[in-house]
Amino acid sequence: MNIPSNLKYTKSDEWVDLESGKIGLTDYAQDQLSDIVFVEALVDADDDIDVGDGISEVESVKASAEVYAPVGGKVVATNEDLADTPEIINSDPYGAGWLVQIEVSSQSDELMDAAAYEKYCADRD
Amino acid sequence: MTEFKLDAAPKTVEPTIYELSSPGRIGVDFPAPDVPRTNLPDSLLRAELPLPELSEVDVIRHFVKLSTFNYSVDSGYYPLGSCTMKYNPKINEDTARLSGFANIHPMQPIETTQGALLLMYQLQEWLKEISGFDALTLQPAAGAHGEFVGVLMMRSYQEDRGETKRNKMLIPDSAHGTNPATSAMSGLKVVQIPSDERGNVDLDALRAEADDTLVGMMLTNPNTLGLFDENVEEICKIVHDAGGLMYGDGANMNAMLGITKMADLGFDVMHYNLHKTFSTPHGGGGPGSGPVGVTAELAPFLPAPIVDIVEEEADGIPPLYGFVDPSKTIGRVKAFHGHFGMFVRAFTYIAMHGPDGLRDISEHAVLNANYILARLRDTYHVPYDRICMHEFVAEGRWKDAPDVHALDIAKRLMDYGFHPPTNYFPLIVHEALMIEPTETENKDTLDSFIDAMISIAKEAHDEPDLLHDAPHPENTPFGRLDEVKAAKDLILCCWLPEDYENQ
Amino acid sequence: MTYIPHSPKERDEMLKTVGVEKMSDLFDAIPEAHRYPDLDLPDALTEMEAAAELSELAQANETTKGLVSFLGAGVYNHYIPAAINHILLRGEFYTAYTPYQPEISQGTLQAIFEYQSLIANLTGMDVANASHYDGATAVAEAVNMAVAQFRGKRKKVVMSTGVHPQYRATTDTYTQFADVEFVSEEASRNTSEALIPLIDKNTALVLVQYPDFFGRICDYTKLGEAAHEAGALFCVVANPTALGMLKTPGEMGADMVVGEGQPLGISMSYGGPYLGFFTTRNKFVRKMAGRLVGESVDARGQRAFVLTLTPREQHIKRERATSNICSNQGLLALAAGVYMSLLGQTGMKHVAELCYHKAHYAAEKIAEIPGFSLTFDAKFFHEFVVTCPKPVAEINAHLLEHGILGGYDLGQDYPEMTDQMLVAVTEMNSKEEIDALVAVLSEVNHD
Repeated sequence: MNIPSNLKYTKSDEWVDLESGKIGLTDYAQDQLSDIVFVEALVDADDDIDVGDGISEVESVKASAEVYAPVGGKVVATNEDLADTPEIINSDPYGAGWLVQIEVSSQSDELMDAAAYEKYCADRD
Repeated sequence: MTEFKLDAAPKTVEPTIYELSSPGRIGVDFPAPDVPRTNLPDSLLRAELPLPELSEVDVIRHFVKLSTFNYSVDSGYYPLGSCTMKYNPKINEDTARLSGFANIHPMQPIETTQGALLLMYQLQEWLKEISGFDALTLQPAAGAHGEFVGVLMMRSYQEDRGETKRNKMLIPDSAHGTNPATSAMSGLKVVQIPSDERGNVDLDALRAEADDTLVGMMLTNPNTLGLFDENVEEICKIVHDAGGLMYGDGANMNAMLGITKMADLGFDVMHYNLHKTFSTPHGGGGPGSGPVGVTAELAPFLPAPIVDIVEEEADGIPPLYGFVDPSKTIGRVKAFHGHFGMFVRAFTYIAMHGPDGLRDISEHAVLNANYILARLRDTYHVPYDRICMHEFVAEGRWKDAPDVHALDIAKRLMDYGFHPPTNYFPLIVHEALMIEPTETENKDTLDSFIDAMISIAKEAHDEPDLLHDAPHPENTPFGRLDEVKAAKDLILCCWLPEDYENQ
Repeated sequence: MTYIPHSPKERDEMLKTVGVEKMSDLFDAIPEAHRYPDLDLPDALTEMEAAAELSELAQANETTKGLVSFLGAGVYNHYIPAAINHILLRGEFYTAYTPYQPEISQGTLQAIFEYQSLIANLTGMDVANASHYDGATAVAEAVNMAVAQFRGKRKKVVMSTGVHPQYRATTDTYTQFADVEFVSEEASRNTSEALIPLIDKNTALVLVQYPDFFGRICDYTKLGEAAHEAGALFCVVANPTALGMLKTPGEMGADMVVGEGQPLGISMSYGGPYLGFFTTRNKFVRKMAGRLVGESVDARGQRAFVLTLTPREQHIKRERATSNICSNQGLLALAAGVYMSLLGQTGMKHVAELCYHKAHYAAEKIAEIPGFSLTFDAKFFHEFVVTCPKPVAEINAHLLEHGILGGYDLGQDYPEMTDQMLVAVTEMNSKEEIDALVAVLSEVNHD
């Protein structure tokens, strides 16, 4: 399983890049969801959001997941490519499959680094 | 994973009604007008009516052909947990179709529908008696609809007594998805309560959440593991002491008829499913019917209207039945009076059982489930193993057959001629297989099912591909479906051939 | 017992296998004080006795077979072709469960897919779901869907008073704990013109009925445009019989078309079970509650159908679902599908026109009776409002004495309309019957 070391992670399987402010779903999450067929952003650019707010809704053939903000701040952009090609979350969860970008002004105090997240995932299996 | 490789266009087994259409055919003719014609409103007419054109025999052959693709209770054993797929007596279909019931308009004057109203009144009384509640509405259209009614009443009750900050509903982790969905639909916060190792509600976790923000708790009992919660009275007490109300999800009432009354245990509200417990047919997904019983405290909040006596019996003249609006009603939840056709069926069924017959139903439903459990527990792991009620949940997995899943067992059962049990529910059991035999199956059927299950367990270890490839063409008309394709392509509609280019 | 097949011997063998002595041992988990309560119910009847008792109850009702009916108000007395009941009585359909196992449920799945297609084509929309409980709950779900579409950012729903009063009441119940405000025009006015000024940037949905509750028909295209200009959604509650001849709500720009499917071959049955149809545009399909059947293929390369987009539903989404609905009106969707297939485009148009001509004949004749007049001068379909010289209840009592079920008393829902009767005429009403109605109404003023 791919867990890049430059990102921070949450227990609900989101990643956040504190430098760019991009948020997405982890490799573990996309694998659990399997074929993703639909993504909807629950926020718009310029919205102010808090840690824990729902920011996206992701649907696969069998499951549905709400993505919660690991950081707070102003929404810069949502990934519009996902409307037509939601499956890029499966193929490139840390790259083209990002969900929302935020100008980070606060962060959850429960964020994990890559090593901690790897252990967290291993304990669940 | 099943591979779906398409080398050619998919084969059509039975054309759609649109593909069968031939211009100029008609299946039923109507007379010419016997009144002078009036000019039609030209500006408001549709240019085209893209419906198919078929003769009656075309239509009958098509739907009869389709019917042969279905598995049904009439064709075989249906051990589908939480669904109570019991036999649907044929007399029910006849009584519901009597002209005096089928051909009455819901807004006729009550003086012309006293037979229907008496039937509804009597059914209300019977359902109250069976569960011990003081009042009851027949209006909800299905179990989930009944839940919605119940939760709205609970919230209204709390607001009415000034408890406006109460906004929390407690729901066990074993609950059906409708419970949290209903609570959320009613604007409530859902807090999940874990189960303990015996499959009961974890009392410590419950106590920790039972505070003054509680609207109440939704509890299915017997729960979705098929187990009667051994602490049910204590649970009701904890919730009541915190000022909350207890909602009973009556999904599993087939185990409780004449065995215990839910109101006596401490429940304040409960919905029935007439389509489970009282044999009204499932109809391939509906209609259901979800009457809701309540205690006297909650009676003023029932949906409007309910059936009652509006003029008492006097001087040998029978009472007049009619509709009344409860004083603090939450309002109506559908048009008219509920699924009346289902009331006739349930009434017929209860009338034909009486108090002893109802108890027999539950005793035999519970016996059948325990019989299967006793014969399968050495082959399938049952994580919460004690005397069950009308159903139990086994795991469809073995450590030494890692590639086999509950889904494979379910599909392989089709090869043996059975409908699979419910799988992947409840969520707290891995690879769940939820088996509910109902009381209407005889020992021979149960034995054949058990033998098939044992045989499949052996195949799972020796020849797992038999399961992975199931069901096989010689046994079912269709194989496994490509659900990813369905969700990605989203073909939800078909048209007349000439209309395809417009889409 | 008839439906419990165990012989005493088999029962004892099974108890032994379970490892208990007697039935009551199975119920030790139930608190003893509440175990085996007495049930105060009448003793069991045999099938023969039950058939007689039910028959007696049925005969205590006066039916639309015996009475001549001009009562509509959302439920209509239409001819139901014989073939429908024969299909509904096939155990393969009516005793099947929800088609969660597609390998052995293609009958139900394809029938629902065809129902979805027929409804979408009838309403002029892209996609229909597998059905809701009835017209009233379909309207309530449309409101929920619109509110969810704007994620609570728009809080206003413009709902015409011409929408069925019980549908509006149901919607009020559904939304009583939601932050939604309803605004309506005054009754008896031109709906479109009256509603347009009420639409603003806070409006999530504009909802009208077609024909409206008073039977009136008008083109809602401009209203739809006004809704869309403000960014709101536009929903039309339609009568499916009327769509056999009338311009579709789809053509008027509706985002959702919902309604009561009872007129499509479903018996009146004192109010249910019926069928709520629900259609929308492709772009909103994921916001639509309720089951959906989609086309796919099976592992054998055959075209086959399957429930799809299920993650929207309560069993996956749980507290995040926008609706808790889990059943549909499967068997009634089948009935409606068979009805539309049998009638086809010719029959559906024919029935609509029969209703139209007969209703207009009746309206013309009633308007000629001294003291009676048509309340509105708007175009109408098969239902119209008559202003009567006396309270409707009084007139209806008189009609009933002559074996006629009069129209709906609008004063029950619209306090200012105590002398207004809503008269419905369908293909079932002969000229003779209409003339009889006119004759009895003519006597009213002489009483």
